[in-house]
Amino acid sequence: MRHLNELKPGESGKIAKLEGAGALKRRIMDMGLTKGTEIRVTKVAPLGDPIELTVRGYELSIRKDEAATIEIAD
Amino acid sequence: MAKIKIALAGNPNSGKTTLFNDLTGSNQYVGNWPGVTVEKKDGLLRSNKDVVIQDLPGIYSLSPYSLEEKVSRKFLVEENPDAIINIVDGTNIERNLYLSTQLAELGLPMVVAVNMMDVVKKNGDKIDFERIGKALRCEVVGISALKSEGGVEAAQKAVELAKAAAEAKKAGEVPHVFSGSVEHAIAHIEETIQGKVPARSIRWFAIKIFERDREVIKDLGIGVGEMKHLEEHIRDCEKELDDDSESIITNQRYEFIKSLTDKALAKSEARKNKASLSDRIDRIVTNRLLALPIFLVSLCVMWWLAVAENGPGTVLTNWANDGFLSAEGWHLPFTAHEVDGKDYDAAKADFAKAEATVKAWEAGEKKASIENEETGEIDEEWDVDEAAYKAASEVKEPEPSDYGVWVPGIGALISDGLDKAGVGETVKSLVVDGAWGGVSTVLGFVPVIFVVFLFLAFLEDCGYMARVAFIMDRLFRKFGLSGKSFIPMIVGKGCGVPAVMAARTIENERDRRMTIILATFMPCGAKTVIIAMFASIFFAGAWWVAALMDVAGVAIIVLGGIALKKSRAFAGDAAPFVMELPAYHMPTITGIWRHTWSRLKAYILKAGLVIFPACVFLWFIMNFDFSFSLVGEDGIDKSMLATVGGWFKWLLAPLGFGTWQGVAASVSAEIAKEQATATLSLMASGMDGASTAAHIGNLFKSFVPASVPAASQGAVAKLIAMSFMIFNLFIPPCMVAIGVTFREMGSKKWGWLAIAFQLTVGYSFALCVYQIGLAVVTGTFGLWTAVAIVVAAACLWAVVRPARKEV
Repeated sequence: MRHLNELKPGESGKIAKLEGAGALKRRIMDMGLTKGTEIRVTKVAPLGDPIELTVRGYELSIRKDEAATIEIAD
Repeated sequence: MAKIKIALAGNPNSGKTTLFNDLTGSNQYVGNWPGVTVEKKDGLLRSNKDVVIQDLPGIYSLSPYSLEEKVSRKFLVEENPDAIINIVDGTNIERNLYLSTQLAELGLPMVVAVNMMDVVKKNGDKIDFERIGKALRCEVVGISALKSEGGVEAAQKAVELAKAAAEAKKAGEVPHVFSGSVEHAIAHIEETIQGKVPARSIRWFAIKIFERDREVIKDLGIGVGEMKHLEEHIRDCEKELDDDSESIITNQRYEFIKSLTDKALAKSEARKNKASLSDRIDRIVTNRLLALPIFLVSLCVMWWLAVAENGPGTVLTNWANDGFLSAEGWHLPFTAHEVDGKDYDAAKADFAKAEATVKAWEAGEKKASIENEETGEIDEEWDVDEAAYKAASEVKEPEPSDYGVWVPGIGALISDGLDKAGVGETVKSLVVDGAWGGVSTVLGFVPVIFVVFLFLAFLEDCGYMARVAFIMDRLFRKFGLSGKSFIPMIVGKGCGVPAVMAARTIENERDRRMTIILATFMPCGAKTVIIAMFASIFFAGAWWVAALMDVAGVAIIVLGGIALKKSRAFAGDAAPFVMELPAYHMPTITGIWRHTWSRLKAYILKAGLVIFPACVFLWFIMNFDFSFSLVGEDGIDKSMLATVGGWFKWLLAPLGFGTWQGVAASVSAEIAKEQATATLSLMASGMDGASTAAHIGNLFKSFVPASVPAASQGAVAKLIAMSFMIFNLFIPPCMVAIGVTFREMGSKKWGWLAIAFQLTVGYSFALCVYQIGLAVVTGTFGLWTAVAIVVAAACLWAVVRPARKEV
């Protein structure tokens, strides 16, 4: 079972589950990261964090520890 | 007749501001939502002055978590707008429609304006407006705010819908987005809250309660018993769908939208796998290796613009301070020319030397000198003899109009005008030095602010700012902020006023407040003047003094940030840094201009109202004594400022400069930091021929306590100078910056908190440096040494103590 922060640039996957809670989880969902959504990791920031994703046709930046709350389907 | 109120809502980066400007032109009012740091903008519809367009903050959702969302919800639910214009980015339609479904559930007449249709068409995509309109139960039109196409029509449509709804007097239709069991639960909830909420919005409220939205439940006064009953329905759904209610709603919204866009949006085949222009730009700009160098280059550009010697910021500021506003004047560009091989400045310099020669000879001196205005140091020294004296007496003062078209400065015009009106010296000084001095202090900052903001507006509007936050985030997380806090700090190197104002781009209110408090610790241009003077007088012009102060500034920002984060006021989970990276686009000139001008205007008006009376007041207390007779510049030691300074000097005594001069210089520095150097020069001037620099050096030597052995007096004087410098660098910034701090904080309480923090930092830092340094140099350990050590320990504790647990 992988999490979003483990994906490398260029890899894609489908969101299986959101493990966060409260404002963070709500924010993640509001931005379109919901169960079953396809995402692709575009790149990692020069200093190693955050990461940039392509989701629902736009680019989103998310910190690795926030991404760690998102489970990716195998 | 009450005006029709139309709310303008949409995602950030959807072109909302462009549309707002298009609809309202210059009939805009910009302020803050009460008590918060969120900007509030409204304006009259250009084509119909009976209509008010209320611009709501850019939001992604109507959840109860962020400040922008809360402010928007409050407006939509409590202020009864007559209609909504929901602007949607046509190139990013899925995520944008997420907010649309929520807005539609409010039951207000709504027009969905799909923006950026010009880009959509160019990409070859097609959007079926009718289909979307049917699904959302509202009107959907296409617009291009950039090209001013369709925006006004959309507004007209909204007005028509508002009027129709008012007449029909029945609730409009709302979309049904959810699955059977959820709809069932919602229906039950609606029954329960019947009558407690406006009929047209009952669905929105019911859905919020289903999500267990604490704010709504509290506002509606739903009792524990009632809630328990509703909980049963909610829990049934959660069990059936194996998820919590909030997630159920969000998921189903996006499922609804996905099935809608699958049918209503036709993406052009050719575009599907090609990287967009934005992606290609980002491959370079956020590239692992190139991102930081590129960013440094853009910083250098900003630096050059704002503070470089021959950059536009400095050139314009000098023109403003020394020419346009001053009591002298300036030459019209392209008309300045040389006379006898010298330009006006060279001729003036020659005349100054001649004057110095004459003065020295007549005073019986053997040497004459010219000193540097800023540092007080002697620039040039030469011998005088009779021949030199005779030659110097022949030199005439250069007439500026001989060198080009001369425009008198406003200060000169006022001065002349008063002379002609026969006004007495005192009143003239009040008007020219006090009142006009105050106004020109404010206006003198305008060029720097203008230039910096123009550049920042460009970076923001084109989309680069989001990339900066993306690149810098990791560094800033370490002390509780995010990448977005970086820009204000950098701007602060030039001037603290635009730095504080730049904090607006930070969405999280806590981070924003913390950034505002910390941004001015970066030594600004004016503070650098103090550093330059002290470095040259006390530290032989060593370069490391300035570098040391910069390092200290950064250290305070980092450590201060960590300490603040641990305090009750700022504790809490880090705000989620889930941020959109919008597509790049070329900003419009009108857009940038408006962006820049609104900040500039706010600065001039608000800050001016603070500075102006403060300057007049300062002039008054510097020039008069308590019997209200004029003492003037030469008698400054008898002035009210000096007397009052004497009463309060004990406050500064632990820092080493507990004298009326110390108080006076520091107080004057609050008007504008570089004023400290001017005031010190004033107080230190004397009758003998030594330079101002030497006088200031002696002034500080006179502050050294008598108990210090003669051998160490020099070192202690330097210590006092260092303490003075540190104090004035790290206490609250100049009045103008304080003024904008209060404005940006949006509340007096937070403004005062910022002041208290900055005062504590500056005072403690200077205290520790002086007292511990004194103990080291003289080898004596006194009461204040112990106090300083305790203070230092307390500061250390504030930084390293464990963070508060989240309640």
